[in-house]
Amino acid sequence: MKKSALALGLVVGALVGMPAFHEASAQESVYVPLFTYRTGPFAGSGIPIADGMRDYLEMLNQRDGGIGGVKIVIEECETGYDTKKGVECYEAVKDKKPVMTNPYSTGITLQLIPRASVDNIPMLSMAYGLSASADGSVFPWIFNPPATYWDGASVMVTYMAQQLGGFDKLRGKKLGLIHLDAPFGKEPIPLLENLAKEYGFELKLYPIAAADMQNQGGTWLAIRRDRPDFIYNQGFGAMNPTAVKEAIRNNYPIGKMVGVWWAGGDDDARGGAAEAKGYKALSFNQTGTDYPIMQDIIKHVFDKKLSKVENRNRIGEALYNRGVYNSVLIAEAIRTAQQITGKKVVDGNDVRRGLESLNITEARLKELGMEGFAAPVRVTCADHNGHNKAFVAEWDGTKYVKASDWISPIKDKVRPLIESAAKEYASGNTGWPKRTEACDSPS
Amino acid sequence: MDILYSIFVDPFVQMGSAPDLLAQTLWEGFVGGILYALIALGFVLIFKASGVFNFAQGIMVVFAALTLVGLYEKGVPAFLALALTIGVMFVLAYAIERAVLRPLVNQPDIILFMATFGLTYLLIGLGEAIFGGNPKVMIAEQLYLPKGAIDLKILGGVVTLQKIDIAAAIIAIAMIAALSLFFQYTRIGRALRAVADSHKAALSVGISLNQIWVIVWFIAGVVALITGIMWGARSDVSFALQVVALKALPVLILGGFTSVPGAIVGGLIIGIGEKIGEFYWGPLVGGATESWLAYCIALVFLMFRPQGLFGERIIERI
Amino acid sequence: MFYREAGQFKTSYAADMAIFPILQDRIGLAVVLAIAFIAIPLFGSNFLIQTVMIPFLVFSLAAIGLNILTGYTGLISLGSGAFMGVGAYACYKLTTIFPGVNIIVWILFSGFFAAAIGVVFGLPSLRIKGFYLTVATLAAQFFLQWSFVRIPWLYNYNASGAIEVPQRMLAGITVTGANATPVTRYLVLLSIVILLTWIASNLVHGRIGRSWMAVRDMDIAAELMGIRLLPAKLLSFAVSSFYCGVAGACMMFLWYGGGEANDAFNINQSFTILFMVIIGGLGSIIGSYFGAAFISILPTALKFGLPAMGIALSGPVAEHLNYIILGVLILFFLIVEPHGLARLWQIGKQKLRVWPFPY
Repeated sequence: MKKSALALGLVVGALVGMPAFHEASAQESVYVPLFTYRTGPFAGSGIPIADGMRDYLEMLNQRDGGIGGVKIVIEECETGYDTKKGVECYEAVKDKKPVMTNPYSTGITLQLIPRASVDNIPMLSMAYGLSASADGSVFPWIFNPPATYWDGASVMVTYMAQQLGGFDKLRGKKLGLIHLDAPFGKEPIPLLENLAKEYGFELKLYPIAAADMQNQGGTWLAIRRDRPDFIYNQGFGAMNPTAVKEAIRNNYPIGKMVGVWWAGGDDDARGGAAEAKGYKALSFNQTGTDYPIMQDIIKHVFDKKLSKVENRNRIGEALYNRGVYNSVLIAEAIRTAQQITGKKVVDGNDVRRGLESLNITEARLKELGMEGFAAPVRVTCADHNGHNKAFVAEWDGTKYVKASDWISPIKDKVRPLIESAAKEYASGNTGWPKRTEACDSPS
Repeated sequence: MDILYSIFVDPFVQMGSAPDLLAQTLWEGFVGGILYALIALGFVLIFKASGVFNFAQGIMVVFAALTLVGLYEKGVPAFLALALTIGVMFVLAYAIERAVLRPLVNQPDIILFMATFGLTYLLIGLGEAIFGGNPKVMIAEQLYLPKGAIDLKILGGVVTLQKIDIAAAIIAIAMIAALSLFFQYTRIGRALRAVADSHKAALSVGISLNQIWVIVWFIAGVVALITGIMWGARSDVSFALQVVALKALPVLILGGFTSVPGAIVGGLIIGIGEKIGEFYWGPLVGGATESWLAYCIALVFLMFRPQGLFGERIIERI
Repeated sequence: MFYREAGQFKTSYAADMAIFPILQDRIGLAVVLAIAFIAIPLFGSNFLIQTVMIPFLVFSLAAIGLNILTGYTGLISLGSGAFMGVGAYACYKLTTIFPGVNIIVWILFSGFFAAAIGVVFGLPSLRIKGFYLTVATLAAQFFLQWSFVRIPWLYNYNASGAIEVPQRMLAGITVTGANATPVTRYLVLLSIVILLTWIASNLVHGRIGRSWMAVRDMDIAAELMGIRLLPAKLLSFAVSSFYCGVAGACMMFLWYGGGEANDAFNINQSFTILFMVIIGGLGSIIGSYFGAAFISILPTALKFGLPAMGIALSGPVAEHLNYIILGVLILFFLIVEPHGLARLWQIGKQKLRVWPFPY
């Protein structure tokens, strides 16, 4: 009884003490909370991403003293890829005036979309979340560069055409979409259906229930029966390594299987050992550490033991570098906001404007030390995504290497879908605010 | 008419026209069933001996596999790691008996069920704290598990049998045989059966319940380890694997909570049933039916035998 | 000293059988209600209301629902998450088809859809018992979850595949949607929860509740005494699912403000609610509140409370620690008092009555 009273006291005390937790961040700093998931069933992808995001911002603090002389206050909040915990994180950071949020989960993103405009906190959901939020006229506070899942699917179809020798060769071919049976996995279906009609290939769907991610036997029997020419894998977490292994088990040519960018983690392919060689995944960032930006991270963060990465070899993995890329977008948006407003300490609305004017050119990439690391990114007031280029990376047994040119998405097929989906979203949500935020003229 | 045709005729036409695929489906179902049966076996052992519906069996599978791989990654040789893991499972069984089962003796079933939830949380936290959340690759090769496949050219096509699946089947069958021999012919085995029949009667003839519980939980731990190796070799070792353990539940209700042969037969029925269902009928409703089909198969069986196929007859008296 | 019944005389049977026979209990209830309705909206931070109180209330409602089935009727169900989903989708469909009707009406009405589905999945309960039934209810969980993804009509064919909660007004105040303030949503939710708690309390203390408890204690004996098992069990399934359904609608409309089924109404949700019922106390309405508080507030308190108390832990370590602490606490409470927090509460009250001179 006494002990339980003690436990109760602990809880009550903790709750009462909670307001003290909202401390205003120090002067001359911008507060960037990072929602990460280093625990839970999806921790495998969450850890490298979190490390990459954190280390780049830390590197800016160490090397340059922040952005434009303003220190970045980095705070991680653990979500465990759980929506409830993610929303808790949002509530906890909201009052500390974050300049933007990075939910890193589609579920959490969907929750926070309506709140972003109310709380004046822009949200960066880098190549995940709601595809429709690419429409800046409906979603002024949500950004999802560099590409949407629809862009990814169209890159996949383009890649397929390149491999076959032209779009006309697609006729009569079969593309299998193996996907998580959840909104994330089903997202590319409408676009692929459109493209299938347009180019005359056949689309076969292979859904995998979330509870059966590691138990795909039945699905692969169907794949063995249908023998699709290519497989596009819109999977996540434990589903990916299982799919790679099942492909090997079922003698499916692994080189014909291409994952979406979230199905391109090193751990996804590593389990397949030598046989997984040739597995492909879309990507918009290079792997490895042969870039000045990566060297700086090693020098200023890893070597100073400021990183949470224990093994040096994990720096440079596909998902780590994607985390870095994510943070480059964050930092560039803040920098752009500083330029536009002339202020040093920017707020949420400034960063929203910064994101809308985000223009990372080749020259800028070179300055950042990431020449060849990524393609230029451009976001505008109307287009919050940019539909930027991606490429196909191939697993060579130890790492991913670039295996195609930079491929542009089929933007004229993607954009109408986005606009109609955005319109639908706004009309389905009575009281969805009309955009009142003015656009900055492109500089 | 089209619908009727595609439900009642077309699947059988497909089966007839491609017998090799049917054979492959049956084989995959068989292998899947064996793996389900392995998980269910852990549940059954514990339920029989201590009346606990052990929800933590799933996380025990993950925990055992993680310990094995984690030790190997720390530089322990594979077979030593295997031995050490078995040791860890023993310590775990002992700790559970002391800290959970003994204080909760004679409590209602649902309380013990709940206690295994507490255990699940504890093991998730411990496992992640010790081994980290990164998925790990099962050390199948180092344990000399075979890889590659045998292609049988029969029935006008190719049926592929994975060697690791054959190995899994052999190991599972060997383990079940060993367990039945153990139960049948050893002193401890007889004591286990006595406890399963009646706690009070077993106590009165001098069998130590506490000791038996440790042994049963330890055996369930070893079963969990083997399950973890097999499932881990199929995908990877991560915390998502514990969801797979839920698949053992329809197997359990189908076979009966108290029957070892029931776990095997139930596993095979569920494994083959859901593969056939998903393969031939799944596309009619959009696929991904495997998540619930097993439960529906089990429900249908339950309507006729509420205690499962091999479960002990439920006799109710006032 | 302060909490005792000396001098309180009952002059009628009704007064003697009241749920709160002691004056101090009624005062206590009034104080709790006053805090909930006045103090928290006035002084509570948005963080407290949004991440502590609202989830707590939603889960309390669901736990009361499951408690009716599991605690009062003795049927263990692992489908409550899916029934919550039915409520949420029903409410979403209703309010998008008939946007003119008051949203609160639809939130309450959506419970009936959940109840209907609950009855269907409750049918096997006459034949299947114990853990067999528990696993059978998993069929409901997985089948419904699959349907939520598979039937696009349920989420109006929108591209995100998730419920997007529209803005609805009530007497000129925004109740749902992003523009609704946490305080408004909290007050609406609180009123719903209190209304339904009152109904549930009356149900379980009346003839219906007694027949449920008779079924729980021994169904054959109950049958011999003239209780018709099938109606009693199905009614229990229906009422329980109704509560879960309303809780699900509340969760989507007043707490989450949108979301997808696999995420919000998955098997873990069902487990969580079952935990709450068992930890709180089977067959106790107040226990449902205790259980919901324990399971839903504790992780939040540990995550944000420990740093606030000066124990700084990095994210993942804190999360691991949370799991370990939660697991140990569940075991601890089960060992100390297997009948749940409600029983501890009772013992506490008992002790308080004789304090400071215990005999």
